[in-house]
This record gives sequence, C-alpha cells and structure tokens, in this order.
Amino acid sequence: MTISDPILDTAPDQPNVSAAGRTELLTFQCGGRAYAVDIMNVREIRSWSPPTPLPHSPAYMLGMVNLRGSVLPVMDLAQRLGAQATEDHPRNVIIVVTVNDRVHGLLVDAVSDIVHPDLNQLQDVPPSGATGHVDMADKLFVEGEAMIQILSIDRVLPARILADEAVLP
Amino acid sequence: MSDPMDTIRAGFFEECGELMEVLEAGLLALQDGTSDADTIASIFRAVHSVKGGAGAFDMASLVAFAHDFETLLDGVRSGTVAQSPALVATLLRAADRLSDLIELSRDGREPTDDFDELAAHLRDLETASPPVGDFTPVALDFGLDPDPEPEPAEQAAAASDAPQDMLTWQIAFRPHSELFSSGNEPLFLFRALAVLGRIAVSIDDSALPNLANLDPDLASLAWRITLIPSANDLTETEIEAIFEFAEDLCDITLECAMAPASVAPAWPDAQLPTTTAPPAAAPPPPASPAKPVPPAGSVTPPPAAKTIRVDLDRVDRLVNLVGELVISQSMLARSISLAGHDGQSDIMDGLDGLQQLTRDIQDSVMSIRAQPVKSLFQRMTRIVREAAQATGKEVRLEVVGEGTEIDKTVVERLADPLTHMIRNAIDHGLESPAERLAAGKPQTGIVRLSAAQQSDRVVIEVTDDGRGIDRGRVLARAVARGLVEPDTRLETHEIDRLLFRPGFSTNDEVSQLSGRGVGLDVVQKAIRDLNGVVSIASEDGIGCSMSASLPLTLAILDGMVVTAANQRMVIPLSAIVETQTLASAKIRNLGPGRNVAALQGVFVPMVDLAQGMGFPPTQNTRDDDRAILFLRPGEAAAYALQVDAIDSQGQVVIKGLADAFGRVPCVSAATILGDGQVALIVDPTSLAEAAGLARAPRPATHLEIVA
Repeated sequence: MTISDPILDTAPDQPNVSAAGRTELLTFQCGGRAYAVDIMNVREIRSWSPPTPLPHSPAYMLGMVNLRGSVLPVMDLAQRLGAQATEDHPRNVIIVVTVNDRVHGLLVDAVSDIVHPDLNQLQDVPPSGATGHVDMADKLFVEGEAMIQILSIDRVLPARILADEAVLP
Repeated sequence: MSDPMDTIRAGFFEECGELMEVLEAGLLALQDGTSDADTIASIFRAVHSVKGGAGAFDMASLVAFAHDFETLLDGVRSGTVAQSPALVATLLRAADRLSDLIELSRDGREPTDDFDELAAHLRDLETASPPVGDFTPVALDFGLDPDPEPEPAEQAAAASDAPQDMLTWQIAFRPHSELFSSGNEPLFLFRALAVLGRIAVSIDDSALPNLANLDPDLASLAWRITLIPSANDLTETEIEAIFEFAEDLCDITLECAMAPASVAPAWPDAQLPTTTAPPAAAPPPPASPAKPVPPAGSVTPPPAAKTIRVDLDRVDRLVNLVGELVISQSMLARSISLAGHDGQSDIMDGLDGLQQLTRDIQDSVMSIRAQPVKSLFQRMTRIVREAAQATGKEVRLEVVGEGTEIDKTVVERLADPLTHMIRNAIDHGLESPAERLAAGKPQTGIVRLSAAQQSDRVVIEVTDDGRGIDRGRVLARAVARGLVEPDTRLETHEIDRLLFRPGFSTNDEVSQLSGRGVGLDVVQKAIRDLNGVVSIASEDGIGCSMSASLPLTLAILDGMVVTAANQRMVIPLSAIVETQTLASAKIRNLGPGRNVAALQGVFVPMVDLAQGMGFPPTQNTRDDDRAILFLRPGEAAAYALQVDAIDSQGQVVIKGLADAFGRVPCVSAATILGDGQVALIVDPTSLAEAAGLARAPRPATHLEIVA
C-alpha cells in the first residue's frame, strides 16, 4: 500500500488530525538520552516526591507515592533502561503513564517538549548487538541534531511480580 | 463501545443467578418437607423465567432443558406427579444441571457432556405419573379463555348473533421446531388473538408420527384458527403483529372471508372446536389435564423487594471516597494538633464531631457492600450433594448463621476455598456408612457449616463428625514427602498445620474429589489473600473442624503504625498480642542473629522488621523508642517483632497493590497515612515465613524455659 494519504495531503494545518499521518509525542530526557512516549499514554506529569520503598523488589522499582488518594507505583526509568540511577535534581518529574488499565509513574530527568513528527519520519530502531537486552523502543526519529527513541510503554512496565512461590524458599 | 445486547445478556445472567437462588431455596424447603403451593409455585416461576429469558437469547440447549424441567414441575404443581424424596433428589439434580447450563451459556460454550439422560428422566417422571383418562393427545381442554368455553352450539349462536356481514379470518399456523426451542408458546399467541375477537382453534395432527417414531424435539402439530373479530375494521397487519416475534419460526397464512351464519363449517373435521394440543414441542403429554400455564388467579406475584440494583463500580467509588475522607480527616487532625490546639477548643469539638460522622458514614458505606453468606452457603448444598454422591457417603449438611453479613468481595472469593474445605471434610473427614455403623455412629455423617460474627471478624467454620485427623498418617506422609525430618517430635497442632503445607495430600489413592494435586494450602492461600487466617482442630473419632476467620471488610483495617528503617509501616491489630518496650523485654541471644524474647514466660523467636522486609537496618534511632510487638498470626506460632518506634494506632484505608505489583512478599497492601505518605501494611504470616519461622518447626522455636 503506497502512502498517498488524502488526509495527510489535505490536513497538514490541523494539528489534531494526528490519527492519520502524524503522531503526538511527549519527549523527555532520561539517563542522558532523549526519549519519547505517545501522548495518549500520558495521564499527567507530577513533581517528584520521595516514594515509599517496596520490599524485595527490583532496584529500578522505587516504590509508591500517593497520587490523590491512590497508590502509584514509581520506577526509575533510567535504571529500567539499564543506565545509572537518576540523580536527585529539582527538575526531576514523574510522568504518569497508563496502558491497559495500569497506571504507573516513571521518574525522568526532565520533560522537554511535545512534538508531532510525520509517521514517515519515524525509523525502525536498528537491531543492536547487545544480547539479552530487550528493546524498549521500536521506532526512533531525528529532531534537529537529537535522536529520540519512542518507548513502548507496554514493555517498559514490568510484568507483575508473581512472588507467591518466592516467599518460601 | 459495548454491544447493548451484551448489557442485556449480562443482566439476564445476573437475574439467572438470583432465580437459581430462589430455585435452590425452594427445593431445599421441599426437601425439608415444606411442600405448600407457594413454594412449588416459586420454584416453577424461577425455572419458567430462566426459560423465557434463555429463549430470547437463542440458547437452545438451555431452553430445551428448562422446558423439560418446567413441565415436570408443572406436574408437581398440579399434583399429577406424586412428591417423594426421590423426586426432590431428581429436582435438585435438575437444578444443578440447569445452573451448569446457565454457566455454559454465559461463557458461550455448548454443553459437552450428555445431559439428555437427565432430561429424559425428567420427561419419564412426568409421563410416568398416573395418566388421567385415555391417551388422547389432541383432545385436551386447555381453557384458552378464563371464561368457561362456549359449547359449539353456543358459539354458533354467538356467531349468528354477530352481524351477518362480519368478516372472519382463517389463520393456518404451523410452527417450526425453533419456535418452541426459542421459548415461544402458541397458547400465548392464541390468547393474544382472543383479544381481537372470538376465536375457534382446531388442531391438525396429520403430520404427527406414531409414538414409536416420534421425535420429541420436532414440532409436528399445526393449528387452524378461525377468528371472528370483535371490531369489524380489523386489518391483516394487526393479526400479523401478534405473530411478529414468531414469524420466522412458523408458517402462517391468513385468509379473510365473509362470515356465514355459523363458523362451525369452517372446520368440519374438528369435533371439539375449542381445544388445542398442548403447547409443547414434546409430544402432547398424556397426563396433566391442567394446562402448563398457571391459571390467572393462582399466581401471586413475587413480593416486590425493596432493593435497587446498583453497579458495583459506583459503590466502590463511594467506598474509595469515604477512604479519602478518612485520610483527609486524619490530615486535618494532624495539622490542628500541629497548630497547637488543645483538647478544649471549639476546633477540637468540631473535629470530634467530624470524626464521629466519618466513622458512621464509613460503617454505612461498608454495610452497602455487606451481603449475607446465605447465597454462598446455598451453593455449598450442591457441593455436599455431589461430594456425597462421588464418595458414596451419606451426608447431611447443617447450616448455621447464614444471615451473617460480610463484604461482597469476601463472599465471592470464599466460594472456592469453602468448596474445598467441604469436599475435604466429606472426602477425608467422614467415614463410609459401614465404618460409621461399626464405630457406633449414625450412618449419615453430618457436615456443619456455620458463620458467626466475632467483633470485627467473621468466622466461617466447617465441622464434620468424622474420624478426625489421623495424625500418625499425616506425620508419616509429611516425612515421606520430605516436609519434615524423620524422627521429629511435633505437637499435635503442629502436625495439623502440616496439612496446609503445599504438596500435601493424605489420601493414598487419588480420589475423584480432592485429587487434583491441590491441597489445603490452596485454601490457606485464598483465605490469606482475604486477610484471613485458617485454623484447624480435630479430635480422634469425634470429628474435625476447620475455620476461617475473615475481616468484615477489605477496605479498612485496624492497625498499629510503627517505624523501622525510617519507613512507617502498619501492623494489623488483630495479629498483635502484646507490646513491650525493648528495654523492658527479656531478650536472650541464641547465637549470631538468633534472638528470642520472652512472652508470658515462653521464649519466642525475634524478627527485626526492617531486616525482615529487606530494608537496610537503621542507624540513628533512639533506643528509648524501640519496642517489641508480639504477634500471633492466626494459629501459627507467636513471634516477636522488633521495631524502631511505635507511632500511633488507628484505622487505615486499605489500598490494594495487586493491580500494580502482583503479590509483594511480606506485604498485604498499602495505605495512605495522615500526612499523605504511602505506608505498607505488613502481612505478619508471610513475614514470619520469609524470616524462616514457619518452616518445619525447629527446636529453637519451642524453648519453654521460664526465664
């Protein structure tokens, strides 16, 4: 199927017709790299507050914070992506993402912008040499000098801990 | 976007659940000897409503079975089928089957096993009842009209009284089998026609095969109806409208003619003009002179219940909001006390009032979610029946306290563990009838299911009067399975606890009932997930009792807020036996990292909360604040928990973690404290297990030296 999308041709001036040929992304800095997530997965952005740690959980799982009366799990996205732990900084924020009825907080260095790249600007992430590493991003795009990876929230969120058996050695 | 039909379907199945409860309750009353007309009528109505609804959704197998069931019940109601214990047993089986079929239909599956046998049995029972009169399938008076049917002569007279130019309609009506399988009823169509005018109905049974070749599922009857409309301007459309819902399910032709003086010649071959065949797809049942449709006067409408059906989500939202209220109120109390107001000010009075109101609101909201355990217990009667049948044992179920109320979620999630407990009691607890007689017990074993509220918990107990736990066998099995070291000496209650260890099963042969590789550990896990505890007590030869103590609600918990590793955590108050300051406690060291503390003269193992939770130990706490909490989670052995400080005590709102995290070790849930910070609610049982206390008992845990 060739992409001669009529909507794309007729509606470049309307930013909200994103379904057809453009996508709306939130970009942010995390562990020294630039990432983006689909804005439809973002529920809100909130300032950093120290979370309550959870016992026997992976290092990237920082714990839980109170999100207006409900318990929001928060992870350090940098550690989740295999980088160094995020350092405390006033610009640190928690991006609250939601996918498949799960709501999760991602600690990042700072949010950058909202961008609308055309779909045909997106490239596949080339297969990397690192073994045993699950790619969290499928696509990337270039903006100015920067390369921005688009994260798949589905894969970033950890599988639910099923520790039933882990309690008893 | 959900299909509106799905909502209606969901509503139907919800209703089915209620109807099945009515049905079950009625049948049980019947079993206990209450066989008044009201009870039977309520049973009949329940099955009839299921059939009607199922017909609307094209659930053929459900309709067919419900129909057979209903027909038999109608026989019972009209007295043509004699009541007997055997009949009630069959009816109960049929109810079980109906409930299965409803479940299958709900999941969109077709019944895989063969239930025709039971359906046939129902039909047999129905037809085996004393036949009334000769076998004259087409000549039954069905009383289409509540008024006495006019004699042909009268009718002719009536017809001749009508204006001479009166139109008559000839309607030929040949239903397809699908008409019946979808729950339609020709009689109702005829009744609707009778509203339009005077009707005469005759049957055409020419297509009816003889009895030997008869397929009861095929419709082989046809009717001819002559309608003399009461209004002269009756149109074809009006008549067709009556058959609107059936029009794809039958052949129908309409003819209009000027009426002669009498309608009689219009159906010369009919001797009894106003009779019709039974409105069933089955061959006309020879018995049952009464019609299967209740006479208009005898049906008392079910009393209108003073309830409304509310979406559970809405209730949950309310529960959440009240939780928020509790949190904001404690935040407010905190800031007021920080602002330096003392106990005498108006502000404090207002706060007290608010606190009282909050608690009242909370109680009321919780009571919305509370449900009597009755429906749950009723379901267990079936489990008992099936288990008794499968094991060949005679069992009577006694139920106590079915009015006890508990949170709806708890009720729902109790079904599986309770089923297991009951099966276990029948399968492992009760002896066979012969063994019982030999032991001088009545042949019929008793399983008692009871519920009772004890302060803020509900205790559900399954007691049998069987042989009790064979502790020798249990221990031997545990050794064989490698669960305990050989030659271990265990207290009786410790042996009993072995039953709850994963991978334990005492019956050597895999029995049909409990032999699915799941043991009582599954029960324990399910109850624990509900913040409950299971305990077991047994006496040789007298019986065994297993009880589950459950919180009234899953939303609020009474707890003690403690600090460890600079984190505040909540310990459920129900598990705390005693608290002591670290300074005053008698603590002895058994070796590196193994401390014991004295609780009422008995040394129990000590666990450091921070360590147990896997948090780094705290450095800078003041020794004065340190305290010891003695915990006894359920029946498990007590242990001491060392914390850095005891913060406060009060109610906390439970925030489940499972959605976000799955199960977290040592933690049952989280809560939000007065200052808005999230705190973990510790699960004392799982904490003890993680600390290695709940493994096969070691000597260290049983030091009974009085210090």
